[in-house]
Amino acid sequence: MQRIGDAPAVRRLLITAAVLLAALFLLLPLVAIFAQAFARGVDVFWANITNTYTLAAIQLTLVIAVLTIPVCLVFGVALAWLVTRFRFPGRRILQTLIDIPFAVSPVVAGLVYLLLYGRTGWLGSWLDGHDIQLMFAWPGILMVTIFVTCPFVARELIPLMQAQGSREEEAAVTLGAPGWTIFRRVTLPNIRWALLYGVILTNARAVGEFGAVSVVSGAIRGQTNTLPLHLEQLYQDYNTVGAFASASLLALIALLTLVAKASLEWRAARREDHA
Amino acid sequence: MSTRSFAIGLGSTPKRVLPGFGLSLGISLTFVSLMLLLPMTGLFGQLAGLSLAEYWTIITNDRVVASYVVTIGAAAVAAIVNAAFGLLLAWVLVRYEFPGKRLLDALMDLPFALPTAVAGITLATLYASNGWMGRLLEPLGLQVAYTWVGIALAMAFTSIPFVVRTVQPVLEDMPHEMDEAALTLGASDITGFRRVILPHLWPALVTGTGLAFVRSLGEFGAIIFIAGNMPYETEITALMIFVRLQEYDYAGASAIASVVLFASLALLLVINIWQGRFIKRLHGGHG
Amino acid sequence: MRLTSLRRTLLAAALGIGLATPALAAERELLNSSYDIARELFSAINPEFITHWQAENGEEVEIQQSHGGSSAQARAILQGLRADVVTYNQVTDVQVLADAGLVAEDWQQQLPNNASPYYSTTAFLVRKDNPKGIESWDDLVEEGVQIVFPNPKTSGNGRYTYLAAWGFADQEYGGDEERVHDFMRTFLRNVAVFDTGGRGATTSFIERGIGDVLISFESEVNNIRQEYGSDDYEVIVPPVSILAEFPVAVVESNAERNGNQDLAQAYLEYLYSEEAQRMLAGFNYRVHHEAVVEEFAENFPATELLTVEEIGGSWDEVMDTHFGSGGLLDQLQRR
Repeated sequence: MQRIGDAPAVRRLLITAAVLLAALFLLLPLVAIFAQAFARGVDVFWANITNTYTLAAIQLTLVIAVLTIPVCLVFGVALAWLVTRFRFPGRRILQTLIDIPFAVSPVVAGLVYLLLYGRTGWLGSWLDGHDIQLMFAWPGILMVTIFVTCPFVARELIPLMQAQGSREEEAAVTLGAPGWTIFRRVTLPNIRWALLYGVILTNARAVGEFGAVSVVSGAIRGQTNTLPLHLEQLYQDYNTVGAFASASLLALIALLTLVAKASLEWRAARREDHA
Repeated sequence: MSTRSFAIGLGSTPKRVLPGFGLSLGISLTFVSLMLLLPMTGLFGQLAGLSLAEYWTIITNDRVVASYVVTIGAAAVAAIVNAAFGLLLAWVLVRYEFPGKRLLDALMDLPFALPTAVAGITLATLYASNGWMGRLLEPLGLQVAYTWVGIALAMAFTSIPFVVRTVQPVLEDMPHEMDEAALTLGASDITGFRRVILPHLWPALVTGTGLAFVRSLGEFGAIIFIAGNMPYETEITALMIFVRLQEYDYAGASAIASVVLFASLALLLVINIWQGRFIKRLHGGHG
Repeated sequence: MRLTSLRRTLLAAALGIGLATPALAAERELLNSSYDIARELFSAINPEFITHWQAENGEEVEIQQSHGGSSAQARAILQGLRADVVTYNQVTDVQVLADAGLVAEDWQQQLPNNASPYYSTTAFLVRKDNPKGIESWDDLVEEGVQIVFPNPKTSGNGRYTYLAAWGFADQEYGGDEERVHDFMRTFLRNVAVFDTGGRGATTSFIERGIGDVLISFESEVNNIRQEYGSDDYEVIVPPVSILAEFPVAVVESNAERNGNQDLAQAYLEYLYSEEAQRMLAGFNYRVHHEAVVEEFAENFPATELLTVEEIGGSWDEVMDTHFGSGGLLDQLQRR
């Protein structure tokens, strides 16, 4: 069976080109991060990681990610269910609206939250009067993080659920199964890999968001500094090794994300083969 | 059992047989209003304070216009480069088996997973004249860091997965018979690719490239370290917004931001519609 | 079971928040909102102040730091960041807070020296042996000289540099506007890279090897030289430069809300003490305390320092005419 581009010479040429380009373009930056982080040895690296402020930043970053994921999950599933299982006016607009966070520059995303919930904003001044502080504290960071990450789960689910159609669920309805059971028994098994993938992307972005968070964080060391903000400050303090040490943690999270994703895809592919 | 064969025509079931319309509509609308639209009112509140003439003056300020040119130009170059590079990678990943393929595949998502600030300082370090790459390229007369090439590079880096990940599944689903038929008819690889494969991939390629382009328009973190930020030459629009913020000029920042926002949303809408048509056509083609 | 794992996640999240929010310790916390490059400085001063306060009042307090671009920091306070005191590198950023009623109207009279416990000027850092022979501002407009300093649009540091060059040209050409503009145009054209902040400019100059001269605060260029090797770089303080004041103030509404008024006032006053002034001088800032001035005299060459008022009227006017949208800076950079 002969296919286009199967000639050995073409094959070799294309593979070499792809691998070379990817190595230069994608792998090299990754290597550079770790090279810089360990430029002055493991001890200096370790000292930078175990620094009080770095630890506080790691903790805040993880907490924000852990809180962001369930919110995005519920929203993503609800929205995907809505736009793929029902027809109603405004469906296409709703689908485009969830792309707002992709279209808005993160700094502007931070700004709009600040303008609304900050001391001079109309909601913010009311909150301030009741001594509730959202901006420049962890709730504000959480809010903008949710804003920038909310499309991921929905974006993963919508094409899949569209492609799968609703026949299985409809059959279940005919058999008299209650709604929640249908979702859990019929829909969930079909979408769980996409769902997990969405969560992984959400997590990666939540951990790494810089622009939006920098506007609403207030950058109080040890309190409202997330890891990316902390990294930037270290970089500003001429502590290149420290900055890249933090960067290497974020890169490590990125790598774990990639591994998790690759193994998910592999399992999904295997399931399909068996099915 | 392949789930794909279910796809055709089911979305258009007019009756609401399935439960959960109220619940999912409630959650979606609440979320969209509270998290997305309500904050946007802040942006438009700022815009409302401007007269049309003021708004026009701000967004057509010649330095801002220069930044549109830089941003759009670099984003276009990045998108075109990514279209070629992404197509190559997707092709190699789908069509060939070779050692390290899984690794290469996983690597494709790196730019999404890596925080942009990290990407920014790393690229700047690599491509500065004393960095690993800069040291090689500079003697060849190619200066990357602090020129628009650097901007395009950072944009290309952050948006490459869009192309690869949109083209890949379509290429995977492409029936074998198509290119076999072309070859049997005596076409060369190149003609076959151009006449048979490219037309089939075209919609996905355009969609992916379009998404990559939109993403590049708003990118700030990855670019700012490598851009050089010289007026009229290497200032991107996101920086102009940032500058307005520094001047406490929220209205000005909002005005410029709204231009980027509307441009991006319009492009995304076009892509969404295109994608919808494309899916329909695809399923109509080999249902 | 699903539910248990969900419950565990929620519990972990709740625990996480509990840990992330500052422990409800009995001790008072003071938040100092400061400019970007003062992190090391206040990291050194704060422990000394805490000891000092404990000795005087027997109370244990904690000082929190927030650093960023001075304008962004002021904006954060305007929008509700509850900082008790501000220590900035530009008068306008404190004035913005005063105009909003967060800082006392007469804040410049509330502490000595215009409420500026230390000051600095703008100086040059050149490469080893000063190959381009840069001694003063007019050497910077020579053909082929590449300058690095932060963007005046985004950085207070950059604004001082721009104004110092302007002040020099104004003096040199006896106020001939056209020649001053020509000078500034060439000066700005010689800029190799406009980073958004002072530290970015340093990175471009040192790590990326861009440019012949880095212009920044005198304190900063000295610190850089100490950090990166005194053999590879030289500090040049031009004969004429600008007086850069570092204003401080209590953010009264916040200090009141936090119950920190006495602490905030004492913290700022402490910056004028001999002990603190010595530390400041150690970080290469110029100070007022006479004993300390004498002690560090040789570190700070005598130079003519023009005030912002002498160069451009008042800060408000300067911000309007030079740095506002469509202002002189925009016009001079137009091609």
